[in-house]
Amino acid sequence: MTLSKKEKSWKEIAPAGVCSKPSTQFLTGDWKTYHPVRDIQKCTKCLTCVLFCPDGAIHWKPEKGDIEFDLNFCKGCGICANECPTKAIEMKL
Amino acid sequence: MKNAVKQEIMALNGDEAVAYAAKQSDVDVVAAYPITPQTIMVEKFSEYVANGEVETEFVCTESEHSALTACLAASATGARTFTASASAGLALMHEILFVTSGCRAPVVMAIANRALSAPLNIHGDHSDTMTERDSGWIQIYVENAQEAYDSVIQAFRIAENLQVLLPVIVGLDGFTLSHTLENVSVLSDEIVKKFVGVRQFLKVMTHEGKMVPFKLDPENPMTMGPVALQNYYFEFKRQQEEGMKNALKIIQEVHDEYARETGRTYGNGIVDAYRLEDAEIAIACIGSTAGTIKTVVDDLRAEGVKAGLLRIRTFRPLPTEEIAEALGNVKAVAVMDKSMSFGGNGGPVYHEVRHALYDTNKHPYTLNYIYGLGGRDISPTQIRAIYGDLQKTLQAKRVENPINYVGLRD
Repeated sequence: MTLSKKEKSWKEIAPAGVCSKPSTQFLTGDWKTYHPVRDIQKCTKCLTCVLFCPDGAIHWKPEKGDIEFDLNFCKGCGICANECPTKAIEMKL
Repeated sequence: MKNAVKQEIMALNGDEAVAYAAKQSDVDVVAAYPITPQTIMVEKFSEYVANGEVETEFVCTESEHSALTACLAASATGARTFTASASAGLALMHEILFVTSGCRAPVVMAIANRALSAPLNIHGDHSDTMTERDSGWIQIYVENAQEAYDSVIQAFRIAENLQVLLPVIVGLDGFTLSHTLENVSVLSDEIVKKFVGVRQFLKVMTHEGKMVPFKLDPENPMTMGPVALQNYYFEFKRQQEEGMKNALKIIQEVHDEYARETGRTYGNGIVDAYRLEDAEIAIACIGSTAGTIKTVVDDLRAEGVKAGLLRIRTFRPLPTEEIAEALGNVKAVAVMDKSMSFGGNGGPVYHEVRHALYDTNKHPYTLNYIYGLGGRDISPTQIRAIYGDLQKTLQAKRVENPINYVGLRD
């Protein structure tokens, strides 16, 4: 996790960890070590990965007719790669 | 004190005095689980509930872990909350003690101090609360049932102060205080209700961008105690420490305001010095043993020995400057510990008094006396012998035995 200088000091934050912004603005994707890389040739768009992603970080985009990884929230667990029936996803550093 | 308000004298033991103070303090929620020697507090309070003498929501839980969790949750919604425990019960609360202080929930908890197993022992020592001294709770130790009553009332004002917002433990010695009947001067319900007042709230910014009172409310949703990792956890802990620092001043202010009302003082609210002004030798202690030590000090003074006593009433936050000031001119100090810090080379009170004395110019000789474990009695004769050891230390100009055990069979 990177420490940003923009983060607030102990004098500026609310007590008890009260969040001043919604959870969608806390980008937990920086926890990951490995990220998913998809082989489009192998992918059948069966959406198994979308169903299994525990963070809801793989989205089905109907306008594109394709899936999209949201790396801002993907924690790199690799469940998608493990569940993919055609082995189209590989976890890379 | 001349201006003190009219008070009624009741025959109460320490536990009953605590329950009576909680009854008068306009408490919204009590969640508790009985354990010896705290049981009477819970029994007595449940009687008040059953008789309709209080409007408190009383939650019977299946364990102490659940009791404190319920208190934390109630306190987070803005309720004034009280609980009580001892020994293994407090140990079972361990995890939630940190969650409560971390959530800045001003819960007040009375502890009838008791030994920890094994071997099983129901009697009084300080092992239970000393184990929790780093849990972020303010700790006040009392000398008698009167002070237990007074301190519980004061505790709500301290905990709920917006500069503090930390939970408070009021510790009273198991059986010695919890089960011993005393004449206790009690205030009227109206005066206590006025003194504790209505709980106030900080304003905080929520994730919806609204400035709202710091409490859980479906109208103004907020998240308390979420995950905070390497980027924020440290800041929250530093913020808690500021609450502790502020508490030192607030405890004294609340003590002084209460003293004006009742005429009763306990030193300055954080340390209670007895005949220390010109003392050459002194004992430092916490809790009820101070009462016995005072009689020994009087006897020694009558014989011309310059003996004194420092009772540390507030152990968290530790009043380091006040301890250094009170003991700085003494030549030798015996520090009493009613608990062990195994392998720690002395008990916790000893460690911290020595720590406070390090920054003084004159370093008094310090000796540690571990006593009363598992409720073993300590007699005036034994205390007199401790003052004798201090005199011998001055003559020898060196500390013979730094760590001593009082009343232990060798």
